[in-house]
This record gives sequence, C-alpha cells and structure tokens, in this order.
Amino acid sequence: MEETLKIVVLVKHVPDAQFDRHITGPANTTDREESILSELDEYALEAALQLAEERGGPKAGNEVIALSMGPSGAVNAVKKSLQIGAYSGVHLSDDALAGSDAAATSLALAAAIRHLSADGRPVDLVLTGMASTDGETSLVPAQLAERLSLPQVTFASSLEIAGGRVTARRDAGPYSETVEAALPAVVSVTDQINEPRYPNFKGILAAKKKKITSLALSDIGVDASQVGLAGSWTVVESAEARPPRTAGTIITDEGDAGIKLVDFLAAQKLL
Amino acid sequence: MANALVFIDNPGAALKKSSLELLTIARSLGETAVAFTGELSDDVAATLGAYGATTVYRPSTDDLDNYLVGPKAAYLAAAAAASGATAVLLDNSPEGKEIAARLGIKLNAGVITDVVGVEPDGTAHKSVLAGSYNTSAKATTAVTVLSVKANNVEPAPAGAAAAPATATVDVPGDAVANAARISARAEKPVSGRPDLSEARIVVAGGRGVDGDFGPLEELADALGAAVGASRAATDAGWIGHDAQVGQTGVTVSPQLYISAGISGAIQQKAGMQTSKVIVAVNKDAESPVFEIADYGIIGDLFKVIPQATAEIKKRKG
Repeated sequence: MEETLKIVVLVKHVPDAQFDRHITGPANTTDREESILSELDEYALEAALQLAEERGGPKAGNEVIALSMGPSGAVNAVKKSLQIGAYSGVHLSDDALAGSDAAATSLALAAAIRHLSADGRPVDLVLTGMASTDGETSLVPAQLAERLSLPQVTFASSLEIAGGRVTARRDAGPYSETVEAALPAVVSVTDQINEPRYPNFKGILAAKKKKITSLALSDIGVDASQVGLAGSWTVVESAEARPPRTAGTIITDEGDAGIKLVDFLAAQKLL
Repeated sequence: MANALVFIDNPGAALKKSSLELLTIARSLGETAVAFTGELSDDVAATLGAYGATTVYRPSTDDLDNYLVGPKAAYLAAAAAASGATAVLLDNSPEGKEIAARLGIKLNAGVITDVVGVEPDGTAHKSVLAGSYNTSAKATTAVTVLSVKANNVEPAPAGAAAAPATATVDVPGDAVANAARISARAEKPVSGRPDLSEARIVVAGGRGVDGDFGPLEELADALGAAVGASRAATDAGWIGHDAQVGQTGVTVSPQLYISAGISGAIQQKAGMQTSKVIVAVNKDAESPVFEIADYGIIGDLFKVIPQATAEIKKRKG
C-alpha cells in the first residue's frame, strides 16, 4: 500500500457563469449572488478523491480537506465539496478579506495551509483547478507555491504520486511535458484529467455529518492590513460593462450562401 | 536605468510576433531592457536592438529550461533588480502568467494578467468575466508585473536601432533546489497554421462537423487561419484538445472568427465573444451563436464552407 496522503483542495465559490455576472461597488468587485462551486475545482477534488481512494480512503488515514476562502456564502462551496466526497471542510472567512487580489488571497491561503499543517501532520499536497471561473487569472496556485516555497506542478492533465514524488503530464504550450517534483507540492489540474463524480443521495446525507472548521484571520496569524483591499497590490480603477453583441445579418442558405459569405468578408476587408 | 523589462523565454531562431508587441509596448513606458533565456543568435540580438532594447540580460545558467516556472521567476526577479525596471512585461501564456505570479511575490509587486493595453503611467486595460466588462487596473506597488495578450498592438521598430549591451545575471543557487523538473518533453505535431491564440482569423468547428474537420481546414488554409473547436468536438476526439476555444481552452480575440456547427453555449462564447467579426454557420436557426454573430448563415456547413473556400481561391487567383 502506498503511503497515505493529507491533501488540501482549494475550492472557490464563484458567480454562476450561466447568468449575467456583474461588477459592483466602489472597489469594482464581483457580485457574488447566485454563486456555485467553481466548475474547474471539481476536477481537483476528483483527483484528490482518486488519490486518497487508491490509498485506502479515510479509514487508512488519508485526508481530503476542501478549503474555501470567501464571505459567508462560500461555505456552500465547502458543503458541495463534502457532498461530492471531500472528507472534511475548512471555511476561511473574515470581513477584512473582502476585495483581496491574488497576492492577498495567496497570503491568506498560505497561512491557512500552514495552520492545517500545525496539527503534527503536514499537508502533502495542495490541489487546485487550472483557474477560477470568475477571476480567471490562474495566479493563485503559483503565488501560493511561491509563498510556501513549494514546487508547483501546474496544468496537469494526468497525475501520479509514488515514493513521495508527484509525476504529471502537462500539455500547456507547444510541448507535451512530463513534470516531476518532490512532495509537498502545489498541483493544479486541467479539465482533461478526469470526469468528476456527481454527489449522490448517500453522499448528500453523509455530508451532513462531516466536519466544517471555520477559521478567521486571527486563527491563522494574519493581520487585517495584510489582506483585503488594504493588503492588495493591485486596484481596479474602473469597470464598464461591454455593450452586449447584437445579432447582425442572418440569411438562410439558398444554394449560394458560401458566395454571399465571401462577399461579406470582402466588404469587411477580411480577405 | 531601464524602466521596462521584457521577458523573452527561449525564442529559438526568430522572435515571435507577440515578443515584438511586448517590446513595442515596453518602449512606450520608457527605456527597455530584455531578460532573455536560451540561445541568443545574432539575428535575434539585432532584432532586439531594432525594437529599442538597450540591454539584454542573460542567465548565468542555461539549465532554466529544464524546470517549471519557479527558477525562471527567480532569474527574472534578479534581472528586474539589475535593470531597475518599474514594469515587467511577459507573454500571457499559461507559463507566462505563472512566472508573473511568482515574480510578483518575489518583488512585492502587483500582477495584472490578460492585459490588452498599457498607459504610460502603468494603468492596464483588460476584459473580465468572459468579455462582459472592460476594466482598468493599476498596481499600487513600486514595480508592476503585466502579462500581455497577443494581437493588441502593431509591432513597430524603434526609430534608431543600436546593438544592445549584454549582461549576465546570476541565478540564485537555490533557485532549482525545490522546483518541479521537466523530465521529458515531446514537441507536439506542428500544423503549419498560425498559433490559435495569436491568429488573425480563426475557423472553428463543433458537434456539427460530425468528425470531419477537412472542410474547415481547407477554408482555414485558404484564409491563412488557425483551426479551433468547441469542447464537444475535442471531447469527441475529432481534433486535439489544444484546439479548444472556450473558458477551459484558449481564449481568442481575432479579427474574424468563423464558427461552423457550433451551437454557441456559454463556455464557447466565453472564449470568442471579443472577436472583432463573428460569422456563424449552423443548421439550427435557434442556435445561440446567431445572437452574437455579425453574419449568420442557416445552412449545411458541408455545402456552405466548401463553396466559400472555392470562391476565396477563385478571387485570390
């Protein structure tokens, strides 16, 4: 049997992209009504569950901890993760965190991960999605790795762990690469890595008995001035909604639509 | 003292267009230096000079390419310190963004990704929430790190070209100690078509192509376009995942996007709706893609696309 793992999966509560999303308020922050678990985080959670199950699951001593940072509603991302199968959850929430950019977010998450390692069992692996579906910067996993002085293995489309090392395939860019690093490590996974499971009725019932730990900044030794708008290194000075695209000319093919298309391209000077 | 530092990572025999764009933007911010990795050929050095680079920094080790992100960020941080740059510009590729991310922590510098334009004072413009908002953002720190999307400025050489000075930057000895190592690397097959994220024209297919990208590839070649695909088409294995346009694939912003047999679900729209002109061909008149198309054709792509290809070839002679 492989050595057991303590895995933290970062999960984010994001506005549902199926609806119109809005930027509001003096600091131009994203409106978080109608939020859901970021779809891309489900791949990270599935990868964590598979790694833990290969090693005997919770009974063998593996841990899969879903960690979310965000306002009160973000606990729903933790709950959803528990329904899908995470073993326990952590919700890092503090009014002072509001408006944190990637640098401030990574500072708080790094402190939370150190806190989770302080029970005598260090975290072996931090798993994340390839990006959040709201900010979409992909900065946080790399900044977290930098702050924790850990190797990062990002955009993994396959993942194996053996002998205290992670091996991943990565397809970002012009090459297909095999990447190796020693644990502990920060690993982000793409949507190609697996097919995430759905929560079933049993999972939903079981989730009610799973533990969610609430953490505030004081619990993780972070001062309010280090995070939120005060601790961020970037400001969004203005945000303007783009006028929605409107439909143009629509024609039905009567045998010459290909020619008409080329006429259109020529008129637009696109040939 | 330079004001702007451009990171150019192992370009090979010639600089990419996106690197020339970064140099052009950097020059608008001030004196420009380059942090370079890989082989520096005479041609590339001359081009760097022609685009206004006054100093080219090179790392003290040529081993950086064997590691993922971390050691390159350590090198770039050392180059930024040596140059005294207040703005560092990188490609907006996945790796470019991650090097920017780690560099930001090393330099206590704000990082802005997906930038489409930069003001002389460092204010950056980008679009967010899948192109539904345009924002302007600024770093509040001494140094600003920007990853800049391709195709937003026209590359322009500097008025007066001079050979840049070169200088070696010491890469910290511990930079690779705790980094992920690239143990194998295989070049993906090259199509000969332009890179999807940088192409001026993209021809994309979805479920409606039913396994046959041939007609779309022929149209793409007639137009000098890249070929893209919806997630449905890549998941079906009809075309490589690299071709996927959308929220979890490549985000494109070409002059012309031709969508064929793609319904235009939100995920796909997120990846292409900032295209300048959108053309859609679909059998189903109810497809959401028609809501955002500048020119829509309700019809069979297997008739319309080859007819358009033949007409383009005829007109181009």
